[in-house]
Amino acid sequence: MKVRILVSFKDSVLDPQGQTVRNALHTLGYRFIKEARQGKVFELELDKISEEEARKLVPEIAHKVLANPIIEKYTWQIIQDD
Amino acid sequence: MKFGVVMFPGSNCDHDTFHVLRDIIGRDTVFLWHKNHDLQDVDVVVLPGGFSYGDYLRSGAIARFSPLMQEVRAFAKNGGHVLGICNGFQILLELGLLPGAMLRNKNLKFLCQFVHIRIENDRTDFTRAGKKGQILKIPIAHFDGNYYAPNEVINDIRGNGQVVFRYCDADGRLTDEANVNGSMDSIAGLMSAKGNVMGLMPHPERASEALLGSEDGQIIFRSLIEAIENKGRKSRCP
Repeated sequence: MKVRILVSFKDSVLDPQGQTVRNALHTLGYRFIKEARQGKVFELELDKISEEEARKLVPEIAHKVLANPIIEKYTWQIIQDD
Repeated sequence: MKFGVVMFPGSNCDHDTFHVLRDIIGRDTVFLWHKNHDLQDVDVVVLPGGFSYGDYLRSGAIARFSPLMQEVRAFAKNGGHVLGICNGFQILLELGLLPGAMLRNKNLKFLCQFVHIRIENDRTDFTRAGKKGQILKIPIAHFDGNYYAPNEVINDIRGNGQVVFRYCDADGRLTDEANVNGSMDSIAGLMSAKGNVMGLMPHPERASEALLGSEDGQIIFRSLIEAIENKGRKSRCP
């Protein structure tokens, strides 16, 4: 099974890298870009684990390691079943 | 008394810190390898600057899982003194021994320059050799030093006297320009509620010899010596 976790800054946290990307896009003429937020993507390949266990453990991993809950939020999904 | 300097893969201020503590300040100093569990009976654990684990994932995020850090956590919980410098500060935040987190510098640049910081609280084991309002000239060198914490946390740490240093200009004024990395409330150094753990972004070990442009960093190390060798000259914060 493969899962994908998307980590990004909470809405309340300023994202200067995302702002810079937005400004660059504006410079290129893409003025319709209202806001850009930058994040990180993790893909984990899981072995010998049920979907039920994955649904319990992947959020645990995301909360404990992949994201810093003070500044970041995450979403995740299964992208490939066994 | 004895200092211990932790070495992680990617630490690069470990030898500078060791040199200052042993040769300039003149106290027993040992290196502590991150894979060991032995704190070698040190009185102060120093987490030095650098790029532990290449800053992978987030600055300090991997180092906190090192075997030695579990001992450091227990040491701190028992009241042991822990000083985190730059990457060491980032590790203390990731470990949860200090509140908050670091964001990328506001101008998205790696900043390597002298800055001025002001002692905000001199009733601490890290600043008792200095005076409140005293301005120190100490260099910074970091990409992620933009201190962030939710507003309620900022209010708590201010109320508890946990803000130890703030970025200021040469005259001690808190200005936007002087707050080079954009830290909330201009926070440059922060201690735990119990006062035994402190992290700061500037590098006192790079400002402990006149030859290097400043000796102001010595205040932090000398304060620790005062606190530990002659306990209780000044009552501790808050």
